[in-house]
Amino acid sequence: MPKITYKTEDDKIYTIDVQNGLTVMEGAIQNDIPGIDADCGGGMSCATCHVYVNEEWIDKLPVKEDGEEDMLDMAFEPKKNSRLSCQLIVSDTLNGLVVNIPSKQG
Amino acid sequence: MNKTDVLIIGAGPTGLFCAHQLGIIGLSCEIVDSLDKAGGQCIELYPDKPIYDIPAIPECTGEELTNNLLKQIKPFNVNFHLNQRVEELKKINDRWYVKTNGNKEFDVASIVIAGGVGSFEPRKFPVKECEKFEGNSLFYAIKDKTIFRDKTISIFGGGDSALDWAIELSNTSKVNLIHRRDGFSGAEASVQKVKQLNDQGKINLYTKYQLDSVAGEDKINSVKIKHDEGEIKEIKSDYVLGFFGLIMQLGPILSWGLNIDKKKVEVNTENFETNINGIFAIGDICSYPGKLKLILSGFHEGALAARGCFKYAKPDEKLRFEFTTTSKAAQERLGIKSD
Repeated sequence: MPKITYKTEDDKIYTIDVQNGLTVMEGAIQNDIPGIDADCGGGMSCATCHVYVNEEWIDKLPVKEDGEEDMLDMAFEPKKNSRLSCQLIVSDTLNGLVVNIPSKQG
Repeated sequence: MNKTDVLIIGAGPTGLFCAHQLGIIGLSCEIVDSLDKAGGQCIELYPDKPIYDIPAIPECTGEELTNNLLKQIKPFNVNFHLNQRVEELKKINDRWYVKTNGNKEFDVASIVIAGGVGSFEPRKFPVKECEKFEGNSLFYAIKDKTIFRDKTISIFGGGDSALDWAIELSNTSKVNLIHRRDGFSGAEASVQKVKQLNDQGKINLYTKYQLDSVAGEDKINSVKIKHDEGEIKEIKSDYVLGFFGLIMQLGPILSWGLNIDKKKVEVNTENFETNINGIFAIGDICSYPGKLKLILSGFHEGALAARGCFKYAKPDEKLRFEFTTTSKAAQERLGIKSD
């Protein structure tokens, strides 16, 4: 199973095996990783599953749909490496992905 | 004081259908919601997005669903108290006293919390100093636009609110519009209008910039904005407006003594009552083994919670199960005239 690493603001690191087909958001929720709220449940309509992906991963991830970029406008402190974790579907190519959880979701 | 059988907190689809189920069994209710309109997440987050999993409705938008539910409960003349957030809860004898932030008071036999993921509140700037100016020279919503006349306003955001206000205020104020990227999520016509006003010098558009800091004594007099590449600009501003949409917060419900786990209220699946007698929770806000966050599940939960409310509202009566197809009483409540 692909391993996804979640880093929190206070440098806690969680490396989790996440099943192919789940989203990076679901991996966090199912494993009680703090800081990812996912209020809307994965509908790309709330921007509370916002993460920063490590630089080296920016270009390796599937490109953002328009709707994702629009929602990121609403996120807390969006940056170039911002993504909504509900839009990142886990597959073998994502093995080793590192995402950083922002200090707040809103 | 509003005296009624049940207070429903939340006017989303689940709360609206629960009002219907209460009406059918002859109970009265009133609904409070923190938004200015009914519909909850359906109307606030995705009014135009199609929904495909409402039973017997192959496809509808959040707005259509809301309008149909409102039509369905029309016979019951339910009172809505909008722009109200519940603040205070007290048990007085066998009844509940509830007060909202707008000082509306309720005396009810039971309460149904259909609050979704909480009440909607504006998202704020991440910059700490902004708090100091909030409400005097920094706003997340506009109540009185006359205060901006002949002033310099810096508006942040790229959605319809930011664009619409930038266009509107550019008639009477000097407007800076600052957005984190070149693309906008607002309507294309508004984007074109803003670009046109920028070319004419009526709006100063700064893209790929975000707020870095605000400065001023009692009121803001300037803001610093930072470009993606790190460059910082200082611009004079009398007022700052931020339009970043809404976020949901559970708020005062957290302190009511309910069993809450991961921002969800625990309920039984027999009638969706919480650990506190007379307080029910339905829809996205409730949790139980097997919970699905679907609108259809919220309808089911509302139907059972409504029946759970009966014994508190009418302790001396027995509730009989009836179908709307055949029940004279239910049809009368729906205002259907028999031949």
